[in-house]
Amino acid sequence: MTSSFLFNITTIADLISMLLFFAFLASRSKALGFTGITVAYAGFLAETVAIALRWKESYDMGVGHAPLSNLYESVVFFSWTIVLIFLLLDLKYRYRVIGAFVMPFALLGMAWAQLGMNTGIEPLVPALQSNWLLYHVVTCFLGYAAFAVACGISIMYLIKANLTESSPASRDGRIADIFPPIRVLDDLNYRAIMVGFPLLTLGIITGAAWANYAWGTYWSWDPKETWSLIVWFVYAAFLHARITKGWVGKRAAWLSVVGFAATIFCYLGVNLFLSGLHSYGGGK
Amino acid sequence: MKTRFNAVVTSVWNGFCSLKLAMFILISLAVLSIIGTVIPQGIPPEEYLALIGPTKARLYQVLGFFDMYHSWWFILLLYLLTVNLICCSIKRLPRIWKIVFQPETIMTQSLESSFSSIKTISSKTDVHLLKEKTEAFLQTEFAKPFVREVDGSFHLFSQQAPWCRFSVYVVHLSIIIIFIGAIIGTQFGFKGYVTITEGQSVDRIGVRSGTDIIPGFSVRCEKFSLAQYPNGAPKEFKSILTVLEKGVPVPEYTNVRVIVNKPMTYKGITFYQSSYGNAGQYFFTTTDLEGKNLTDLTMSSNSSATLPDGSSIHVLETTPDISLYSPGLSGAAAQLEIHTPGGNTEQVVVYANHPELNIQHAKNHGKGPVLHYKGEKQAVYTGLQVAKDPGVWVVWAGCALMVAGIYIAFFLSHRRIWVRIQKGRVTIGGNAHKNPASFNLFFDQLSEKYTSHIS
Repeated sequence: MTSSFLFNITTIADLISMLLFFAFLASRSKALGFTGITVAYAGFLAETVAIALRWKESYDMGVGHAPLSNLYESVVFFSWTIVLIFLLLDLKYRYRVIGAFVMPFALLGMAWAQLGMNTGIEPLVPALQSNWLLYHVVTCFLGYAAFAVACGISIMYLIKANLTESSPASRDGRIADIFPPIRVLDDLNYRAIMVGFPLLTLGIITGAAWANYAWGTYWSWDPKETWSLIVWFVYAAFLHARITKGWVGKRAAWLSVVGFAATIFCYLGVNLFLSGLHSYGGGK
Repeated sequence: MKTRFNAVVTSVWNGFCSLKLAMFILISLAVLSIIGTVIPQGIPPEEYLALIGPTKARLYQVLGFFDMYHSWWFILLLYLLTVNLICCSIKRLPRIWKIVFQPETIMTQSLESSFSSIKTISSKTDVHLLKEKTEAFLQTEFAKPFVREVDGSFHLFSQQAPWCRFSVYVVHLSIIIIFIGAIIGTQFGFKGYVTITEGQSVDRIGVRSGTDIIPGFSVRCEKFSLAQYPNGAPKEFKSILTVLEKGVPVPEYTNVRVIVNKPMTYKGITFYQSSYGNAGQYFFTTTDLEGKNLTDLTMSSNSSATLPDGSSIHVLETTPDISLYSPGLSGAAAQLEIHTPGGNTEQVVVYANHPELNIQHAKNHGKGPVLHYKGEKQAVYTGLQVAKDPGVWVVWAGCALMVAGIYIAFFLSHRRIWVRIQKGRVTIGGNAHKNPASFNLFFDQLSEKYTSHIS
């Protein structure tokens, strides 16, 4: 068995799990919700084994390193962390329906990685040859994943808030009935960010420590660094919004969505759109 | 007049203390920071200036967009953030201080009605015995209680982790400490760059802004090497460096291996492998069209030479064997670029073994001098970032404090339990300053255990 076979299995499992959660949303059949989460677990297990295998395969090739070294590997790992955070949330709070709003993120990542990227294992370039790679990437992506889950929950919050406001008794309103109560959604959003924010902070700090160790500057306002700080500012604003008059509720939910958009830009946008202008800037 | 002045002071103070200002600053910082990620920072490259045109370029210059993270308005926002979080902390601290150090130890009616977790137990046991039992119970199950007697009834109060109420202030303080560390770094440290050709040494460090730093010792590059993976990707950039004090190698700093991710530090100054390049020298001779007036001409890979007619030349590329490119010819050759005083740019290949071709080319252009290639001396230079930052440990201390503060702020809560023992009736209640759901669960278990303990 190869890692690439298992990654394909994971992609299919994520797809099936997502569809089952959609069906659960439409039908409210608890069995569908249960099957959805079971398939999500199966996909998560397959992906865990696949990542471990890929790690081993890199050693077999003689270029051994943690599978966190390029875009493909990071997207795959991001998918894994999203499912991990979702499953932990489910273990603790048992709101399965959240899967319908979180699994699409995981699937999107896996599908993009498997279909659109070069999956080969590459040796590490000198800049990445450090133990900091592991600490930095793991903390960042666990943080990003918590924000992805928070974003999914915020979207549910906004849907439910809008539906109950506009037409409490109409047919459309009923799809949100299966959602957790609005207060719970607000609380879960906060809890997800409560996990993500310290991890992002650690991710930025380990990144700074690594930059200082490798280049002698812990902060050089490089676009990647700046965007990670932008994300940090947005979530810091979110945390303060909850105790500020006029910012509770929908506005806080929007901040969470904006925060995740900034996260994705920090992760992908900086490399895809800004690298051209900044290639001379000693791009990392 | 005085009262009006006071009113202004109060409203300014309240403004600085407000969370709305904090939200405004945080969102402004987030939005404005985007500018510097889209517009290149530092000295903008020519192509970029051409792209945006002179008007925009001047506007960006005035607004500080080319160095926005050091522009007055960005620094002002950071100061505003600092003032805001200091004011917020000062305003809220006394209340928190009182909660932590002067807790309400008696369960009054108003306090009792504020509890979401409360339980009343009927008991026929003597109040003194109940007090003893409760004291022992709280001591083992929760925290050492504080006991008071009021009008024949006993009040017990105990609390866990009251200090975690300060965690938010610790996070705020950590931000200020990080700023202080950064200021120490810019005041007492420097960031520089040196290039050292193999076999040579340098004793001054170029700094981006300001005069060169003279560290009092010199650094020699013994060797630079580049290793590649089979697929051609770089595997390792390696400089072998030796530190010299007054020209004499320092024993522990002789032949130090410096690679990316493994710097060398000497006397607080750290050298980081950063780049490398060609430092070779190229040798030419020039003659006039008749082959007379022979002069030597030496050029390095990154410099240019000026010919008698005023044109400037530099080497683009060299090869030890031209036959690979031009079958029929032999020997070494160099490709040059010539910028004439008239503003034209031409490229020419100059040969070592074919002086007739060199003369032919010069004749075709109707002028001298004639260039002949004599060979090259290969050499590479290593590029090293050099940094000294005495503030960096202050920054790390701030970071550690921040992580600890955030962790405590999110995951620990100040839990309080009050017990009132009256004749025939015991009331137990409590609260937590966050996560009420988990506290309620904890309280239910605790009060159940307590009930069985005293009955």
